[in-house]
Amino acid sequence: MTESAVRPAAGTFTPMPGAAPLVRQVLAQASMEARLMVRNGEQLLLAIVIPVLVLVGGVAGAHRVGIHFDERAIDALTPGVLALAVMSTAFTSLAIATGFERRYGVIKRLGSSPLPRSGLLMGKTGGLLVVEAMQVVVLGGVGLALGWEPRTSVVAVLGAVIALLVGTFAFASLGLFLAGALRAEATLAAANLVYLLLMAGGAVVLPADAYGGAGHALTWLPSGALGEAMRAALTDGHVAAGSLLVLVAWGTLGTVLTAKTFTWE
Amino acid sequence: MPDQPAVEVSGLVMRYGDKVAVDHLDLTVARHTITAVLGPNGAGKTTTLETCEGYRRPREGTVRVLGLDPVADRRDLLPRIGVMLQGSGAWSGVRALEMLRHIARLHAHPLDVGMLADRLGLHDCGRTPYRRLSGGQQQRLGLALAVVGRPEVVFVDEPTAGMDPLARRTTWELLEELRGDGVTVVLTTHYMDEAERLADRIHIIDEGRMIASGSPAELTRGGTATIRLVVTKPFPEGAPASLQAELGPQVDVTPISEVSLLIAGPADSTTLATVARWCEQQGVLPESLNLGQRNLEDVFLEITGRGLAHD
Repeated sequence: MTESAVRPAAGTFTPMPGAAPLVRQVLAQASMEARLMVRNGEQLLLAIVIPVLVLVGGVAGAHRVGIHFDERAIDALTPGVLALAVMSTAFTSLAIATGFERRYGVIKRLGSSPLPRSGLLMGKTGGLLVVEAMQVVVLGGVGLALGWEPRTSVVAVLGAVIALLVGTFAFASLGLFLAGALRAEATLAAANLVYLLLMAGGAVVLPADAYGGAGHALTWLPSGALGEAMRAALTDGHVAAGSLLVLVAWGTLGTVLTAKTFTWE
Repeated sequence: MPDQPAVEVSGLVMRYGDKVAVDHLDLTVARHTITAVLGPNGAGKTTTLETCEGYRRPREGTVRVLGLDPVADRRDLLPRIGVMLQGSGAWSGVRALEMLRHIARLHAHPLDVGMLADRLGLHDCGRTPYRRLSGGQQQRLGLALAVVGRPEVVFVDEPTAGMDPLARRTTWELLEELRGDGVTVVLTTHYMDEAERLADRIHIIDEGRMIASGSPAELTRGGTATIRLVVTKPFPEGAPASLQAELGPQVDVTPISEVSLLIAGPADSTTLATVARWCEQQGVLPESLNLGQRNLEDVFLEITGRGLAHD
């Protein structure tokens, strides 16, 4: 064998390198992320099954455990369950998935592809929004079937959409921080634990004033802020600027922490 | 620039803590060739490759791939190279062909996924989740992922580790076809036969240092013929030296292990008789006495054997 300096003829593998347009790369990544999330049984449990159980159980049993709402139970609970759904996807599912991506070298593998880091983040965000849209359809549908009567003014819908987006930003940044700081198994455990604690005691499903004296403090948590913002929009028909600012602050904190600590491998 | 090398590494130093992984390495890869980086585990092969791929920043020295700095010019370089990593690199739940299609979509002019899957025998496991693929199937998928974007240079890290003989041959043929079509292939391996069969140029690395470099023919030239002696129990103390003394200066005796050594020089009947008599004197029983041309394995054992003897 000699070193061939001759230029070879065109063939099957003749180099023709190039990155796809960024938009196409991001769409490909988002659809991949969404498919993987939906395919995963445990994540589906977290995204759909638990919120549905909380909604149905809450409507059926809230008064029996001594919780009374200003509105009908279904109107008080559905916005909170939507907030819970956002939290499950943007925080718990994202943290677990990212933890295992680091473990399995997926992020390293993608690191040698044309997809830039920013494209990966956009793709992940897109995947989250696709899954959240599906959750809104399913959970909103269950709510409507149970007699939910949400506010449907432009302001109400806008308030809910902004709450979903800002809530996603806050929880996703915190989820990535967790996934970057811990091993995959520890991330799995911590992300589920935090989810359960916030679901029970974080003023996400139940309004903050259901927690008595502690209620006000809970609105400073990302869970409480997202729950209050959803309820303000869909129950009262206004945009809760204060809660949204709290979420932006958490998102900024999460982003700074992630940027400082996250490693891709 | 067609004459510009595909890869140029000069004076590369890499450290992990106090441990020096790569020690002032120089390496040039010409375009349209297959270059093998050969060495035992921990020799610094993967570290060197990952520095070329832009995963690691050189501590000292420079690395250029297609004339670009793999760290500073990463975004320009990445679409032009293909990387096959050692170990996984896919979601556990992703299906084999789904993963291949996904990476293809990130490129502007990818290869036809069906054709590539045919070539690498991936159709029979196309819908299998990654975690249930065999090691060999994962390797073949990894190779497909590295070439699907039609790169100019592919870096493949231990491409045939864990493959059955048929898959190895398929992989070799694919790598040869890549070279034929104008792709530059840089591979690491610890299989001598792989390097000897595929490579235009071989760089042997040990403990982060380049210890030999050349075409397979150049590397195996030299010691006209060899005798490899393997005995049933360890040689007594000072055995190689006494055999060297018996055989005289025109023959070179190199210990390979405590039960084997390599004799390079004229393998004539006198030499053989001397070796047989010496074995009897030493009270060791020859298990095998192989005559042959020096192959890459001899070269490698010879060089690293000497390296170890110096320690």
